[in-house]
Amino acid sequence: MQQVFTKAMARNIFLGGAVFFLAIYLALTYDTWQRIPIRDHADQMTPAVLRGKYLLDTNDCIGCHTINGEGAYFAPELGNVYKRRGPDFIKAWIQSQPTGVPGRRQMPNFHLTPDQLNDLVAYLQWLSNIDTNNWPPNIQG
Amino acid sequence: MKYQSQAVAKPYFIAALALFVGQIVFGLIAGLQYLYGTFLFPELPFDVAHMSHTNLLIVWLLMAFMGAAYFIVPEEAQTELYSPKLALVTFWVFLTAGALTIAAYLFVPYAHLAAITGNAALPTMGRGYLEQPLPIKIGIVLVALSLLFNVTMTLIKGRKTSINLILVGSLWGLALLFLPAFYFPQDTVKASFGWWWIVHGWVEGDWELILGALLGFILIKMTGVDREIVEKWIYIIVAMTLVSGLVGIGHHYYYTGAPSYWIWLGSIFSALEPLPFMLLIAFSFKMLLARRREHPNKAAMLWALGTPIMAFLGAGLWGFMITLAPAQYYMHGTNFTAAHGHLAFFGAYAMVSLAIISYAMPLLRGRIANSDAAQRWEMAGFWIMVLSMLGIALALTGAGIVTVVLQRAAADPMPFMQVQDKERVFFWLRELAGVGFFVGLLVYLRSFFISGEYEYAGEMKRALAA
Repeated sequence: MQQVFTKAMARNIFLGGAVFFLAIYLALTYDTWQRIPIRDHADQMTPAVLRGKYLLDTNDCIGCHTINGEGAYFAPELGNVYKRRGPDFIKAWIQSQPTGVPGRRQMPNFHLTPDQLNDLVAYLQWLSNIDTNNWPPNIQG
Repeated sequence: MKYQSQAVAKPYFIAALALFVGQIVFGLIAGLQYLYGTFLFPELPFDVAHMSHTNLLIVWLLMAFMGAAYFIVPEEAQTELYSPKLALVTFWVFLTAGALTIAAYLFVPYAHLAAITGNAALPTMGRGYLEQPLPIKIGIVLVALSLLFNVTMTLIKGRKTSINLILVGSLWGLALLFLPAFYFPQDTVKASFGWWWIVHGWVEGDWELILGALLGFILIKMTGVDREIVEKWIYIIVAMTLVSGLVGIGHHYYYTGAPSYWIWLGSIFSALEPLPFMLLIAFSFKMLLARRREHPNKAAMLWALGTPIMAFLGAGLWGFMITLAPAQYYMHGTNFTAAHGHLAFFGAYAMVSLAIISYAMPLLRGRIANSDAAQRWEMAGFWIMVLSMLGIALALTGAGIVTVVLQRAAADPMPFMQVQDKERVFFWLRELAGVGFFVGLLVYLRSFFISGEYEYAGEMKRALAA
């Protein structure tokens, strides 16, 4: 039976389409890679900021929180918490967990030292200055 | 089954289902913690329940995909698997590593786990779905390489069909796309950008190819429709997946620090991502209508038809709801994402896994299909799980709507914890639906313990009576 649209043609569209759009994505990624350090002020990634990031990662903060909307939805957004609460509140809050309030979602105490708290706050401050195209819509995150 | 070595698929399928049960147990715990925040605290904090839930999901799906590969590749290639022994050893390694990982999450505080597993030397821990310690991640790569070696060697010495090529090719893709798990830039924006290579690359790219190959295989076997027709459809579907998804990955780049051109590119291309799912529905029902036989495994047919529909709802419809940048501006990082995630993961990947298990397990147990009674239990399990998951998605959507109205779009936005409090009724509905889902899972599992194979005599009697 004569076919207008054969399996071979479909396969070629698949392979050709994949290669073509992958190339476009790679080109866009290259450009994005150059622009990101400007948008997120990579020059302000001090050793304290990097130590703070490591603390956030190794204590699995995104297991409950979001950073720029990514993570879990159990606890508040941290991308703009520095602007919402300020460094002193944040340090006091972390140190005083868990609240133990009956029924309230609980946060563990991570036994962070004062230096570690300062590093974490430095990271949260750095996060709050990333150009995220005006996201979140307001201070509540 | 046609080749002795296909038998290695059995332990993979059994383990997949056992891990599925574990996944739901942790899901119920996490869901309850939304309502009773002190439940099991501090022994099992929410984040540990959450990562156990998501990691078990991924491991059970990978077990199912591997079992599917060991079942399908020999049959398609028309030759025995290269090394059944390697497949079995790999199974035990993977299962042990998985169990160890969950135990580590449960019994070792995460920061301490990072310290004792060399995370400081090469940081990889702390990202969603990638919580595994470095040695486990290396183990995952070794397990994947073992699978790839085995199925590739089998493919090389046998018949190359489109199903085979797409399946093995996408398993290579799966493994390659996991490698960015070892690349964790210190720049958070770059780290997020690269994280999506794995997550979007898998679930909105590579895994859709696996889904197409699995469904294609099942429908060829069950309907008897000409392979050329089925495989042509599959190529069209996977073509649409990559054409839409390769730049459609941009729908994860709107609000996380990437340049703003992604707002346009991501919106336009990701809007096309539902297309392959629509095609999958058209395809599977067209094959059903064009069938040349009445396969006695009605349960497997139900899974094969239900998968495209649920996948379209979860991935296509719910995904579309949150994909356009202006909409996502308000919905980003809310329970809308959770609603989409649950319905899409179940509808596409859990269901296609249960479909291949439904088709293959009877054959692995020496019969073409299970008894009427067993199939009835299995189909009841299907319906209870499907309806429950729709309930979960609707409940979480409700919660998401409240967040958008009170916290995101409001002129005087309310704080997060207060908003969560207002959403309690939706979290209750979600938990209720979750319990329903668990019941459905148990009903489904019961079907495996009802003995007997399909009786053609029964079908004859019914046909004569009609």
